[in-house]
Amino acid sequence: MFEMVIGLETHVELSTKTKIFCSCTTQFGGEPNTHCCPICTGQPGTLPVLNKKAVEYAITAGLALGCRINRHSVMARKHYVYPDLSKAYQISQYELPLCEGGKVTLSNGREIRITRIHIEEDAGKLVHQGNMALIDYNRGGVPLIEIVTEPDFRSAEEATEYLEKLQTILRAVKVSDCRMQEGSMRCDVNLSVRRKGETAFGIRSEVKNLNSFTSVAQAIGYEFERHVDILQAGGTVEQETRHFNAEDGTTTSLRDKENADDYRYFPDPDIIEILVPEEVLHRLEAELPELPDAKFDRYVKELGIPEDDAKMLTKYRPVSEYFERASEGVTQPKTVASFIITQMFAQIQTEAEREHWNPDTTAEQLRELVRLLESGKISRNVAKRVFTSMLETGKGAHDFLSEDDLAGFDPSQLTSLCQKAIDENPKTVSDYKNGKEKAIKALVGAVMRATKGRADALAAEAELKRLIDQ
Amino acid sequence: MMTIKEIRKRLDGGEMSCRELTTAYLDAVKRDNPALNAYILLTEEEALRVADAVDARRAKGEMLSPLEGVPFALKDCVTTKGIATTCASKMLADYIPFFDAFIWEKLREQNAVMIGKGNMDEFAMGSTGETSYFGPASNPHNLDYVPGGSSSGVAAAVAGGLAVFGIGSDTGGSVRIPAAFCGLVGLKPTYGAVSRRGVIAYGSSLDQIGPIAACAEDAALVFDAINAKDPGDMTSVGSEPVTPKLTGSVAGMKIGMAKEFFEVMSPPVREAIERSVKLFEKMGAEIVSLDFPMLRYTLSTYYIIACAEAASNLGKFDGLRYGYRTDAAADLDDFICRTRTEGFGQEVRRRILLGTYVLSAGYYDAYYNKAQQLRRAIKGEFAKMFKECDLLLGPTVATTALKKGSGLTPVEMYQTDICTSSVNLAGLPAVSVPCGFDEKGLPIGLQLVGPHFKEDRVLSAALAFERETAGEYLRASGMGVKL
Repeated sequence: MFEMVIGLETHVELSTKTKIFCSCTTQFGGEPNTHCCPICTGQPGTLPVLNKKAVEYAITAGLALGCRINRHSVMARKHYVYPDLSKAYQISQYELPLCEGGKVTLSNGREIRITRIHIEEDAGKLVHQGNMALIDYNRGGVPLIEIVTEPDFRSAEEATEYLEKLQTILRAVKVSDCRMQEGSMRCDVNLSVRRKGETAFGIRSEVKNLNSFTSVAQAIGYEFERHVDILQAGGTVEQETRHFNAEDGTTTSLRDKENADDYRYFPDPDIIEILVPEEVLHRLEAELPELPDAKFDRYVKELGIPEDDAKMLTKYRPVSEYFERASEGVTQPKTVASFIITQMFAQIQTEAEREHWNPDTTAEQLRELVRLLESGKISRNVAKRVFTSMLETGKGAHDFLSEDDLAGFDPSQLTSLCQKAIDENPKTVSDYKNGKEKAIKALVGAVMRATKGRADALAAEAELKRLIDQ
Repeated sequence: MMTIKEIRKRLDGGEMSCRELTTAYLDAVKRDNPALNAYILLTEEEALRVADAVDARRAKGEMLSPLEGVPFALKDCVTTKGIATTCASKMLADYIPFFDAFIWEKLREQNAVMIGKGNMDEFAMGSTGETSYFGPASNPHNLDYVPGGSSSGVAAAVAGGLAVFGIGSDTGGSVRIPAAFCGLVGLKPTYGAVSRRGVIAYGSSLDQIGPIAACAEDAALVFDAINAKDPGDMTSVGSEPVTPKLTGSVAGMKIGMAKEFFEVMSPPVREAIERSVKLFEKMGAEIVSLDFPMLRYTLSTYYIIACAEAASNLGKFDGLRYGYRTDAAADLDDFICRTRTEGFGQEVRRRILLGTYVLSAGYYDAYYNKAQQLRRAIKGEFAKMFKECDLLLGPTVATTALKKGSGLTPVEMYQTDICTSSVNLAGLPAVSVPCGFDEKGLPIGLQLVGPHFKEDRVLSAALAFERETAGEYLRASGMGVKL
């Protein structure tokens, strides 16, 4: 009888080579304080110079998420005091963000509205060592976008699906690697609870800095129950910021409304207004690759790939690129898809490996195999066997094909070979006739043995059934 | 007090080497600086190194740049790699930057000889030079008086014959006010003409670096040396060289005078300005009477914006990465709080509090936002006035220099900026040029304001005035170097 209302704020690091206001590298890791300079450590007298690439990446992200790009936007200073923030303000955007008004559609058909996307700089990191805290500014000044949604989510599943889609889309347009474990994608959850049917929002709490899908789901679950408990006991939820404890999946209060930060935003006088020229916008629109949703539709509708397979292929940009390269000149791309999904995904299981997708078997090698299959030179069974060996060794199909394999199989011989199998195995035939369905497999096996696996097993089974049922 | 031209004549004529010249200035600083307190730091080694390089280049017959070998003072808010840069604050008393300011790079390219880092109001916050952690500088015309601020030290150095020119920064009048009090020419260029990279920020949307010099031609030469566009400052646009464009004539020019300025001037200043106006008419300019009703809002507007930006800019001074650190603290918050309380002087703390207040939730619209609206209106009034005239004329400061330690209230001190700060709000170029002395012999400054990027026009008018008055108002203080 209660429903949760959730809005998400997601921070995503842009994968530009250099930082947003200086020319330091954005590379993850590195010895502490080796990726920094007077600008990103906030030395007196330094000035920021806005990285054009960061703005372009943010525009690309906005376009991919269906946003309107503001041709005129402004960088603003957001003030708070924390040692990892070298200037005591973060350069961000406030009143005039770069992108506004986008959306992401979930599999249940619901649309999640994106309020805005703005650009800002990341802060450094505190490293605790015993009773000391050390500051590492390597991450300080890495460009970020913050993607803010409307309070449109009604379940943890919707929230995590949205985050996965966001990840897929931003990776597809190559603006971020969105690695939650490295902190290049982080999420804040704003959650309130109301009785079903009510239209007004309840009082919300905000859980900061969640760095995995599991944490997001756990935090939502915990907060929902906490709010419901309070409401059912006749209490009032406090508007506050909370911290998520990954060890036990709970949240604890960080600061209440009274102690809420006053960021004292004002336009940064060091940075001129961002004006996006029409031609830049057109170029970025033209450069936008096919987006995952459109790709999924095309795979399903035009290529006849089963939805589940299409979903897997479009989830990882490098996998879809691999699939499309392997499918060039192939009659049935779904055969390629099936090899990738059934055999390759069985071996390449972790998310990280799939994201990077760097199998020993090249797309060209897979394409060659499928072409051999489509030209009738080898059977499906042979192809499967050969592909297994290819994946194990990284070698091409020809290294595993004997003359027998390549001798091919004349389909006109199928009837006589099946008849021969029936004649030689009367007991099995009668078992089958008496309702032992599986007995047919033994007959198929006989046919396959006789042809050294070159016959098409599915066709053989059909032919055997036809002959027996006659 | 010598001009760049005079110095170069001696050097180029082989009358003396650059080392001899530099040594003479260094010796004069050692003798007179205790009285003037113009320099926070004497950069003797650096000066002699450059001087020797200049002599070597001259010996080889190489082409020399316009400022080659000319001794100068650099305001201590300009970062110099490896050389202490303090902003005249306890907070940065021991701070040694590890990068160079753009203008310092430009001056070094010209082989100008830096004698030392100039005293100033702490973080450029002050109009008298008295907020310096290193004590106030003195006015060479009368040591009991202030040289004006915030670029107090470089003005005292130039007027006191301890440098040929100075580089100051001007946020609300900090180049022009000390130029006026010390009888010098001070140019506040158009916002964006000179890069701010490496200038420790006070009010970022107002700060502009400018020369303080003995005459208009010197100011033009120095301005031309530093006015290149800098890709490291997004607000930098650079400027054309103005020296070739100096006509030294105001014939046919329309010079506007806003009557509101006459309401604020002290009698001696008023008298000097009225006399100057007659001279401009005599030189062929037409004087146009104008209205500047927004003048009464400029101080509040200026102080709200400058303090808001200052509070933001100075947040980084927390003792964690550089600068002053408190001795004992209970925790991180206490450490930062104590460091800032102990490291900043009273005026800086006051402006940080003011700036923080005007940006706070609930007050932002009433103060900061309102000030931004007024700033636009002030810009609009200047634009309107420049439809009626080519230049605006008025006093630089409504009074002459104040006695040291006269114990002004903050608001009284802020009044010093009444004639200058509106120019920064509008980002316009302006020059202060000497136009008389009061009964105590303290100099009076005349301010000429031009439209954006018309530094050539304001300096041409200043030059015309100098010629007309035959240097009558460029009276030497009698201190400093004797060559």
